[in-house]
Amino acid sequence: MWVTVARLADLPVERAVAARVGTDQVAVVRLSDDRVYAVGNRDPFSGANVMARGIVGSTVVDGTERRTLASPMYKQAFCLETGDCLTEPSVNLGTWQVRLREDVVEIGQREESV
Amino acid sequence: MSERIVVVGGGMVAHRFVEALRSRDAEGRFEVVVLAEEPRPPYDRVALTTYFTGRDPQELNLGQDELWQDPLVRLRKGIAATAIDREARTVALSTGERLSYDHLVLATGSSAAVPPVEGSDLRGCFVYRTIDDVADLRGYVEQLRSDHPDRPVRGTVVGGGLLGLEAAGALQALGAESTVVEFAPRLMPLQVDEGGGEQLRRLIEDLGVRVLTGTATAKVLAKRTGRAAAMRFADGSSLDTEVVIFATGVRPRDELARAAGLDVGERGGVVVDEACRTTDSAISAIGEVACIEGRVWGLVAPGYAMAEITADRLLGGSATFPGADSSTKLKLLGVDVASFGDAFATGEGTLEVAYADAVAGVYKKLVLSDDAKTLLGGILVGDASAYASLRPMLGRELGCDPAAFLVPDVGDAAAAGIELPDDAGVCSCNNVTAGQIRTAVSEEGCCSLAEVKGCTKAGTSCGSCLPLVKKLVETEQERAGIEVQRGLCEHFDLSRAELFNAVQVTGLHTFSEIIARHGRGHGCDICKPVVASILASLGNGHILDGEQGGLQDTNDHMLANLQKDGTYSVVPRIPGGEITPDGLMTIGAIAKDFDLYTKITGGQRIDLFGARVDQLPAIWQRLVDAGFESGHAYGKSLRTVKSCVGQTWCRYGVQDSVAMAIALELRYRGLRSPHKLKLGVSGCARECAEARAKDVGVIATEQGWNLYVGGNGGFTPRHAELFAEDLDDAGLVRAIDRFLMYYIRTADRLQRTAAWLEEIDGGLDHVRDVVLHDSLGVADELDAAMADHIGGYQDEWRAVLEDPVKLARFTAFVNDSSPDDSLQYVVERGQRRPVMIAGPDLAVRP
Repeated sequence: MWVTVARLADLPVERAVAARVGTDQVAVVRLSDDRVYAVGNRDPFSGANVMARGIVGSTVVDGTERRTLASPMYKQAFCLETGDCLTEPSVNLGTWQVRLREDVVEIGQREESV
Repeated sequence: MSERIVVVGGGMVAHRFVEALRSRDAEGRFEVVVLAEEPRPPYDRVALTTYFTGRDPQELNLGQDELWQDPLVRLRKGIAATAIDREARTVALSTGERLSYDHLVLATGSSAAVPPVEGSDLRGCFVYRTIDDVADLRGYVEQLRSDHPDRPVRGTVVGGGLLGLEAAGALQALGAESTVVEFAPRLMPLQVDEGGGEQLRRLIEDLGVRVLTGTATAKVLAKRTGRAAAMRFADGSSLDTEVVIFATGVRPRDELARAAGLDVGERGGVVVDEACRTTDSAISAIGEVACIEGRVWGLVAPGYAMAEITADRLLGGSATFPGADSSTKLKLLGVDVASFGDAFATGEGTLEVAYADAVAGVYKKLVLSDDAKTLLGGILVGDASAYASLRPMLGRELGCDPAAFLVPDVGDAAAAGIELPDDAGVCSCNNVTAGQIRTAVSEEGCCSLAEVKGCTKAGTSCGSCLPLVKKLVETEQERAGIEVQRGLCEHFDLSRAELFNAVQVTGLHTFSEIIARHGRGHGCDICKPVVASILASLGNGHILDGEQGGLQDTNDHMLANLQKDGTYSVVPRIPGGEITPDGLMTIGAIAKDFDLYTKITGGQRIDLFGARVDQLPAIWQRLVDAGFESGHAYGKSLRTVKSCVGQTWCRYGVQDSVAMAIALELRYRGLRSPHKLKLGVSGCARECAEARAKDVGVIATEQGWNLYVGGNGGFTPRHAELFAEDLDDAGLVRAIDRFLMYYIRTADRLQRTAAWLEEIDGGLDHVRDVVLHDSLGVADELDAAMADHIGGYQDEWRAVLEDPVKLARFTAFVNDSSPDDSLQYVVERGQRRPVMIAGPDLAVRP
């Protein structure tokens, strides 16, 4: 079951937007190289649905660059790839499958935690 | 059952004693009763003269009020001790009570010693010791001035020492003419030598104070009204004067001790041993009333040392008096004077190296051992900047040509090179050594000047040692391999100020170009908003234009303030807090229609809470239609200019504070800065706008405006300091323009003006020179930058409403036009507030 989000060209670059996927809210991030990630919109620290209003960035962990989304509420950074909070690894946003059909971004199921 | 300590006296040393005792007596062994004769808590007597600029005597209060709320501390104001019964261990009070003690601490200080001059008790004769003395003096001078507004009040100070020159400064601050009469052949005879005295006289006379040295006062003459009118001197000459201040020295207040049979020194003072105990082991004496090692100390530093020793001894310690010296550094009437060690070269075989420049207005002298290597003392007049470095070197080898310390410019470089030994005292007020400062950095983990100040108390009293403390902290950080982190974050090694300069010079205006050139990676929530702020300060159009929008923190991104449930608050600008009834009703109607929780802010405007992202444009359309504009409550930018109602309505106002506040708010609205900026304008010295709690505070005077800078409330409250006096409207605006622009260019990220003034090299004096005297030659540039800002201002919300691209972001979901239905509210006191799902639930990975 895939849900249409928007045309890739309509998503802001290096920023997030919120989308509804069934009863879930997800934050959809388009990076400057047109990779797209979807993580949970709910900030686990505040309980508010605000992750899509955070700042997109990067941080180097053990020599590797990870792309991040920071909560606008209390500023914890989360890894876009895994959904993990970088400062408290037991906390996770959840990640959703993303695919590009033609130039349309679609979101699938929530990925199983590793 | 705790033991009771009674402290007789409520001055600076008594305060320090109570503070020291309470901070160490964790088990609550002692309760303390402090008997303060004056009707107020201990205050900073050293800073008495600032009463004329600060005006509110409460600002002189020492330390934290919490000390007096401690259940084990009782401050009894306006109560004097009248007798001590050593046998019964009780003190008789002026109220008739008797108070028992287990230990008694005498901290009665001293009183002004008025010489036996005929007429010294006439009306118009004053001493200069307490807030009441100063308040009486002020009232008298102001009365005289209103009695004869056509000519200045004539005042004379008898005594050309430290206190006398302070008093002369007070007379000047009150707008009176002043003459200083000194019996000795030079000013400050106890601190400076002939050469220093000569230079000091020139500097003081340049300030409009008349100086008569070698002159003995014989008599104060009265008018028929019984008020002082003139003075006659021993040589028969006379001088018309309506106000006479006697500043001829102090006398220890040892009368209680004498009456109780305690030993008293030859020239007064209660005799104490090296543990500050009197001849009765249940009684200590500290501060100016104590005669220790055969002499009485009239300075605060030895008094503080005695307070610490007594607290330590009571708690079972074995501290002893480390000795003291009469080293002082002062700014009298704005003139630097310092004297330290054997300033008069009284030791055998001492050598003197002096440098005098009457044109530049400086006199400097070092006293050295016979081999010219060891520093024994010195005198600095006109420029005492070397004092902080030199004083800790007393008794030590300088390690370089002593002349290097005296010649301008070279002196600073030499001073910077000094390597202080660990046991060298750096802060003499609080007795902090170089070693303690190094330990605070290397072992206690202090990472900044502010933390070191908090930890060691160094530099928290007179502040004269702060440049040295800062240097020590930085050196120690480098040595400990703690990289002095000036960089913004992992993406930029540059500080905000450096990045500002780089962006300005290179003219780059996108984040991708800036990070490619000056940084690495893809940025973060620290550097992106900083770059956005720098770009905004340099005038790059609307903050949501193009790539800039993506850099903004959510508040700037939504032009509203994020609240805990993910909704936003809306704050329209209400310049100067002035609003029409119609404007008020418009805001009320909007709040009602959107069911917004409504609250009046501390900045004299109205905050509307609970607006969803998708509601913001509709709310703002109605506000803009009614003539409102963005209040920038969401930005690191000018917030409000708070004002009192001022001259137009207030019976006491002397200027139109509302008009000035509105003018300033409209001038600086939208100005992006390193942190939020708050201003205030008060229409008179009563200061109802609380302007001194603002980054920039303006207080009306009869002649114009006084400008204060560097105040803030919040986590570390601070009063703004006087920056310039009696400015006219244009001068005021120009000074604020430059001050703000210089701050914007040179401050660190999230550094309020108070912290900036503390950290910037040269501090407030440097900034004043830049702003008022253009010492860096950048004034034109700062003025132009402000002109650009004012010319380029647009209402951010109006611009959004007119631009479909910018409006597009104000939707809850990119793929669904319905609003977020997860928000929940309850009604409380007639308005709604958010319900959060009980506590944050953290998704824990299996």
